[in-house]
Amino acid sequence: MGQAYSAGLTVTDSIILRKERILPLKGQVLVKKGDKVKAETVVAETLLPGKVVPFNLANKLGVTPAQLEVYIKIKAGQKITKDTILAENKGLFGLGFFKNEIRSPVEGEVENISSVTGQVLLREPRIPVQVKAFMDGLVTEVIEGEGVIIENKSAYIQGIFGIGDETVGELKMLATTPDDELDLAKIDDSCRDKVIVAGALVRLHAIEAAVKHGVKAIITGGIDDQDLKKLLGYDIGVAITGHEKVGLTIVCTEGFGKITMAQKTFDLLKALNGRKTSIHGRTQIRAGVIRPEIIIPMDFEESELVSKEASLPILEPGTLIRIIRQPHFGRIAKVISLPEELTKVESETMVRILVGEFEDGTRFSMPRANVEVIES
Amino acid sequence: MQYDEKRLTRIVATDCGSTTTKAILIEWVDGEFRQTIRGEAPTTVEAPLNDVTKGVINATSEMEELARLKYNNPNIKFMENGEFIIPRKGDIGIDAYVSTSSAGGGLQMMVTGVVASMTGESAERAALGAGAIVMDLISSNDKRMNHEKIERIRQLRPDMILMAGGEDGGTVKHVVEMAELVAAADPKPRLGASYKLPVIFAGNKDAQEEIRKTLGSKVELIITDNIRPKLEQENLGPARDKIHDLFMEHVMQQAPGYNKLMEWAKGPDLESVPIMPTPAAVGNIMQTIAKDENIEVVGVDIGGATTDIFSVFTEEYIFNRTVSANLGLSYSISNVLASAGLPNIMRWVPFDIDESELRNMIKNKMIRPTTIPSLLEELVLEQAIAKEALRLAFEQHKEFASGLKGMQRQRDISEAFSQSTSGASIVNLMSLNLIVGSGGVLSHAPRRNQTVMMLIDSFLPEGITRLAVDSIFMMPHLGVLSEISSKAATEVFRKDCMVYLGTCVAPVGKGKIGKPALYAKLELPDGSKFEEEIPFGEVRLIPCEAGTVAKATLRALGGLILDKEKSKELIVDLHGGKVGIVLDTRGRRPFALPTEKTERIAALKKWMREFKVYPEQILV
Repeated sequence: MGQAYSAGLTVTDSIILRKERILPLKGQVLVKKGDKVKAETVVAETLLPGKVVPFNLANKLGVTPAQLEVYIKIKAGQKITKDTILAENKGLFGLGFFKNEIRSPVEGEVENISSVTGQVLLREPRIPVQVKAFMDGLVTEVIEGEGVIIENKSAYIQGIFGIGDETVGELKMLATTPDDELDLAKIDDSCRDKVIVAGALVRLHAIEAAVKHGVKAIITGGIDDQDLKKLLGYDIGVAITGHEKVGLTIVCTEGFGKITMAQKTFDLLKALNGRKTSIHGRTQIRAGVIRPEIIIPMDFEESELVSKEASLPILEPGTLIRIIRQPHFGRIAKVISLPEELTKVESETMVRILVGEFEDGTRFSMPRANVEVIES
Repeated sequence: MQYDEKRLTRIVATDCGSTTTKAILIEWVDGEFRQTIRGEAPTTVEAPLNDVTKGVINATSEMEELARLKYNNPNIKFMENGEFIIPRKGDIGIDAYVSTSSAGGGLQMMVTGVVASMTGESAERAALGAGAIVMDLISSNDKRMNHEKIERIRQLRPDMILMAGGEDGGTVKHVVEMAELVAAADPKPRLGASYKLPVIFAGNKDAQEEIRKTLGSKVELIITDNIRPKLEQENLGPARDKIHDLFMEHVMQQAPGYNKLMEWAKGPDLESVPIMPTPAAVGNIMQTIAKDENIEVVGVDIGGATTDIFSVFTEEYIFNRTVSANLGLSYSISNVLASAGLPNIMRWVPFDIDESELRNMIKNKMIRPTTIPSLLEELVLEQAIAKEALRLAFEQHKEFASGLKGMQRQRDISEAFSQSTSGASIVNLMSLNLIVGSGGVLSHAPRRNQTVMMLIDSFLPEGITRLAVDSIFMMPHLGVLSEISSKAATEVFRKDCMVYLGTCVAPVGKGKIGKPALYAKLELPDGSKFEEEIPFGEVRLIPCEAGTVAKATLRALGGLILDKEKSKELIVDLHGGKVGIVLDTRGRRPFALPTEKTERIAALKKWMREFKVYPEQILV
């Protein structure tokens, strides 16, 4: 076989991006098709249903569920305030002695009253939720009541792993070479609200300093797992991230440990130093792959907004690849050939291999599964 | 409908897993059904392709290419214009296409019950048996506050909910209360907001009317027979069938490309063959083995994300399945480390490694789940992690596979002394006959000896137990194939799928290192003999080919026992296999490794050499 499908992460100086910005529940869209929006623009908002407070009224009143209707003072759908009387009995001898009044513990609405269980469900007031554009661009589609699609032309880098949610800041290059470890001394107040770029590694003390100086996000080649565990206070078991609240967003471009940032990624970030950057660390590797994204919007004409048809990255002679497992983890190479037959590697596993060549001309072979295509 | 070789001469079966779509070709060759060719490709249920059939096409084209090479016939073709050609005409087309699926996270369910350990557990058993992952079990007595339960139901977004609770004719209050909580949460299905969430009610039949009133307008309510009509009776069948129907009608319809896949899956008369959840198909096969051979079986399927354990025990063939949703060797590998702890993984590693290096390696595997260990050291580490994942998953299974809880039983005097209670585990390693392993790390281990050692170290079989492995992971395919041809499924299962590895003999009890533990005399089919009094703390591997037996005289020494009758001496036939017969005197109940590091490493190296699991270079 002359070619094979492979995994790959996109690193490019120009791509047409299309982002859905959708509300969790139906609501109101605040922008219209053709609007130019900034990352910070609120594009849609809605009210999420309030918390439900179950309340066993029959038990509180000391009556059976069937008797409840005699004493109840509210109806399903009725608005209530805190302390609204929900039910009351008539007291001793019907004269009001030791009268028992049950008042609502919350403000909101009566959702349901059950004569089988004696349970009343109260719903607290609705909670407003807003969705921002996240990236500068053009509203190209409005999905009525749900949200919008925003398109733009951007420089774009997919990370391999990250933590922390969406944020926006100006890109600031702190590393001088892609194999730098982020120098603590470089993190000062000039980094406030910035997205800073490290090289091969960022250690825990540097992350803590960045949080202290109000850094929005860190882009790094690698992170040490023990540092990450200390930062989060727990060990990540399954890679579903993005919800962490550690004070900033972190995106790793290569993986865990000290790993030199791919030269192409490093050069691209360096060239765009000072540009507005939208970034998130959301990672989900199972059931709907989500990878962290670094988006640096460019100027564009509407006519340019034609995205390429999606396809799987293909390995073939000449493809640029990154090695993603030992040995040679993190190195960049070029595919020379893809032998068809199964080949035994050091671990004695019989696998499909590829023959590759490093920049210095040395050749190697390794399982095809252990490389990824560098897409452009 | 069942077909034989007159109508089925070439069948394509696929399993659309969460990472890989695996296709196999089954053909009628020289008077028998055989699995002839396999192909695989990345699953394409996610962006950017969002269409599961693309992966199926890619895997099938790989098979087409290989078939043309194998038969030296450039005209062979299974598909045309991206669709299967059914029925077959000469070189063109196939007679049937069947498929299983666990892509997109498989079938994810939430179950409810009144008492967690009774109706709750029955509901969980029904869902697991149908091939689902149970995201949560919510019950009236689970100690969470009602508002917490509502929040949880709302957050979960399952594919469907199964509600149980109450015996027929019993109280309705608690089960209706649970329905009120579900109604208040107003749960939404995981895939697509365009349809109502299916909710199956399989509880007290007297509560059906109230349940209809409470939930009827909010969800797609399906009412079926009570899962626990009486405390001492479990009736899982009707609920399990409903789950399968709904999986096809609702869940699969929503997953990208599945409409097309469901249309494709059909037999020789062009009638459609339902897509089956992968674990349900594997469960089918396990039960068939147990019944056909009249034995007790434990099966395991260790994947990247989850580990499924299946067991069939006791003379009534009680089937149990558990899925450990976060124990696996790629996506969930980091969770194995978090659950087992570093020392438990390191106890299986015959060399020293820096903790930070190991942690980073594990995390890198998690974020790049499809990579393969190409260095020997990494292979040893992955297999050490696999042993712990299997051990933890089996522990969960033993706890779950129990008799019905909450029943009143009359006990005889011996039971009273043995303190047996209702709800005790029915998994009995002493009576277990066969362990079948499957999943990448077991099926594709470079040496079958490694598979044997992983199975023995993690399951710790007791007495005499046969070991087997699914050769290339085709049990799901055969499970669904049996729906249209049990003949083809059984033949291929015996000839191409099951690889018998051998038999493990492990006397049970405590002993002292170096003291005599087992006298074994084996007459091997080639006429050679093995005879030794093996000291405690050792293993021996005696080659004995598959399909042959060794006549063995076994005598347990030093207070150890050999079977559930506590026999000290047995004269038996031991089945051979690809690896052979293992005599394991390392002890059971307890099985312990030396705690001191240098002693432990020395013991591991000794056993690994005897098992011939790794090349010598890693053991020096």
